[in-house]
Amino acid sequence: MILLRLYYEFIKVGLFSVGGGLATLPFLYDLSDRTSWFTHADIANMIAIAESTPGPIGVNMATYAGFTTAGVPGAILATMGLITPAVIIISIIFRILNYFMGNPYVEAAFKGLRPASIALIAAAGISVIKVTLVDLPAWQASGNLSDLVIWPAVLLGVLLFLGQKLFPKIHPVLFIAASAIVGILFHFGS
Amino acid sequence: MRELWELFTAFARLGAVSFGGGYAMLPLLTRELVDRRGWVTDNELTDYFAIGQCTPGVIALNVATFIGNKRKGIPGAVVASVGIVFVPVIIITVIAAFLRNFADYAVVKDAFGGIRVCVCVLVVNAVLRLWKKAVLGLPTFLIFAVVFLLSVFSGFLPVSVSPVILVLVSGFAGILLYGKSESGKGGDAS
Repeated sequence: MILLRLYYEFIKVGLFSVGGGLATLPFLYDLSDRTSWFTHADIANMIAIAESTPGPIGVNMATYAGFTTAGVPGAILATMGLITPAVIIISIIFRILNYFMGNPYVEAAFKGLRPASIALIAAAGISVIKVTLVDLPAWQASGNLSDLVIWPAVLLGVLLFLGQKLFPKIHPVLFIAASAIVGILFHFGS
Repeated sequence: MRELWELFTAFARLGAVSFGGGYAMLPLLTRELVDRRGWVTDNELTDYFAIGQCTPGVIALNVATFIGNKRKGIPGAVVASVGIVFVPVIIITVIAAFLRNFADYAVVKDAFGGIRVCVCVLVVNAVLRLWKKAVLGLPTFLIFAVVFLLSVFSGFLPVSVSPVILVLVSGFAGILLYGKSESGKGGDAS
């Protein structure tokens, strides 16, 4: 039963990958070696596709691997497998948390934990900024400091930032759509 | 039933526009779920992200499961999680079936070059917003700074520090810092 096997294998991926989509990668490579459902080249392809479509990367990977292995049912079952442990574990944690809500020590722990959570989000932001606004190789090649930043991208970023500050009512999705159009018009991908 | 449907559609919409994984989803979450629907507070969202970091599974999914639990218990958790993967599963299935070289098209690359700039700005905005609620005074600033620097420069460190450790240690620091002095007050506005 390939479908059950897919479900089971992606439960394991969901269960053991801690810390976001790319953390699923080592498990996918392992799965590829053990099952030959997809190749290492497929995984590289999946990463590119996951980065160019909406949705969590781990989910996209599960769907892609499931579909290439067993069609639409495979796509659905692999994704369900990935979801299952998250739903169970988080539901348990939610209940434990609710039980301890109001406990001063738990509240205190969260006061320390919140700035850490925001720091991790900011650090993830830095890693996107690094590949989007900065061109380290160009700077290293030329030694010219003005080559360090990708000026068109920085300009768009500043405009988007000002736009969101000046028009907070406009939905972020419209800014996303606008930047896609700007990207196409000015060839941001090259 | 209506509330479950609302949960599903809200998260299906979020899943359809969350480019670049869980962190990039944060600004859309604050907009849709904090400002527009009032389902969670900024601080709760920050807490969910912190826990989502150190529990298995995709972060965006973990956050969806939390909010689903909060609204409607286990059925809510399931509906929110299925909602967030709904559109990505369809998109990836179509791509896997017909457009395997989707990520190689120049138009797609250009569009995502633009979208990535927008994601940078969205993450910066989200960090600035959550910062105001969670970084209150020197101790919390220090926690932020240490976690941020350790994460950003993890590539230069002899050992990479897992986010799980960072979150746990910060929670413990919170207990040491606030556990006694503020017990019973809990007066921080959220």
